[in-house]
Amino acid sequence: MRRDMLGRRILYWLSVAAGLVLAIVPLPAWLDAARPDLALLAVIYWILASPRIAGLWYAWLAGLFLDVLRGMVLGQHALGFLVVAFLTHRLQLRMRMFPIPHQAAVVLLLLALYHFIIFWTDGLTGHGYTGWNRWLPVLSGALLWPLIVAAGDTLTRRSR
Amino acid sequence: MVDLSHDSRPIIGRGPPLGASFMALATASIALMVADVRYGQLEQVRGWLNSAAYPLQLGIDLPFRAWGWLTESLADRERLQHDNLALTARLRLADLQLQKFAALQEENRRLRAMRRSSAGVATRAIVASILNVDLDPFRHRVLLDKGSADGVFKGQAVLDAQGIFGQVWRVNARSSEAILISDAEHAIPVRSNRSGVRTIAVGTGDPNRLSLPFVTGESDIRKGDLLLSTGMGGVFPPGYPVARVTRVERSAKATFAIVEARPTAALDRDSEVMLVWFDAPAPVETPPATGSPAATPPAARSPEAAPPAAGSPAATPPAADSPPASPAPTIAPPPGAAQ
Repeated sequence: MRRDMLGRRILYWLSVAAGLVLAIVPLPAWLDAARPDLALLAVIYWILASPRIAGLWYAWLAGLFLDVLRGMVLGQHALGFLVVAFLTHRLQLRMRMFPIPHQAAVVLLLLALYHFIIFWTDGLTGHGYTGWNRWLPVLSGALLWPLIVAAGDTLTRRSR
Repeated sequence: MVDLSHDSRPIIGRGPPLGASFMALATASIALMVADVRYGQLEQVRGWLNSAAYPLQLGIDLPFRAWGWLTESLADRERLQHDNLALTARLRLADLQLQKFAALQEENRRLRAMRRSSAGVATRAIVASILNVDLDPFRHRVLLDKGSADGVFKGQAVLDAQGIFGQVWRVNARSSEAILISDAEHAIPVRSNRSGVRTIAVGTGDPNRLSLPFVTGESDIRKGDLLLSTGMGGVFPPGYPVARVTRVERSAKATFAIVEARPTAALDRDSEVMLVWFDAPAPVETPPATGSPAATPPAARSPEAAPPAAGSPAATPPAADSPPASPAPTIAPPPGAAQ
């Protein structure tokens, strides 16, 4: 059981690392604005799957790494990840029961909140970009949720 | 549906309660943001963190670079020959202009020596590659592969072959971040090469468009004007091309005209840029009465010596246009005033 936990931890960090890499890989311009927040989706998924291993610290550190990679204000994405992780923890027992489309709708709300926090702190620190397309990742992330669940389920089934 | 694992929610007495750690971490992130933005105390920490992140960023860049190298080395002979011909032709032209340039430079040095001001010419430059890393879709920042280990400093000017590209805004040990002139937070002092009108070009967030919000309705700015850097503020070397005016719209009602310009640098296509060191133009203060009278009259205080023609501005960076007789408000300060 102990070793299993360690394996899980490594898996969780690897998936977040992959999400972070995909967060800064160059994409064609038309796709760039709609780039889904894969790291955050991974965090949400792992919190739902095993909340004791994937805790708030896990989410917070993942957000902090994103801040560092993007060279933005330190703590901005960390706060966004933290709030989403907290709410996911709170909703976790209910969300696990939801069918996938329903789950995706909740994820849509969580992502919207996350992007609102980023938008808000951007505005406070004077970098506000107010174009409509900054909200595209909310939609693309929610649409991607079924795929994330499928991928995560496959991964955990094998490691179990 | 998400798989239930063996592990489930903490029930009693496993670590601190959720709310408490949430509050603690939230406070920590807000404290981080405040320390970073308001007080700028995290430069050192950020340096370490960025150095740690650099290998990852390099790793992302690598496949793109390898692909570029591969296509380059497999390029067919015909294309290479074609490129070679074109380059030879360009080189011949450039050599020709260089001949003229040598004479001009000599003349310019003499004139400057007379005025006892140092030339704002780039004295040293290193080439930096732009890493294929996408920092933020809505901000025009790029990651360069040169850092403080190469002598890069904050606020250093970044140029490409066609004009001003941006400036360094954060330096790490082996990498640095540059902000492009088209970023919505960037502004650069410019003057028109034709009329000498000074103004400020502000980024818009579109790599092909700068905006000149402070041009009054009467200012002598026309479509097609080349905008050069003024060197005010000491960040950018003076006299380098920045943008070409693409649109001027005046209305009788508004105080300011709507003016847009297109950057001459290939902001969204460059893969290599130059980081330059230059001697900041010395402030031209009115010398005491003992100075030679010929150098002191108002004519000497306006920009620089007159070049023979407005031919190819890129080839004659230090030279500027003749002091213009243009509308009053925009021309006011002498070159050194911003220092």
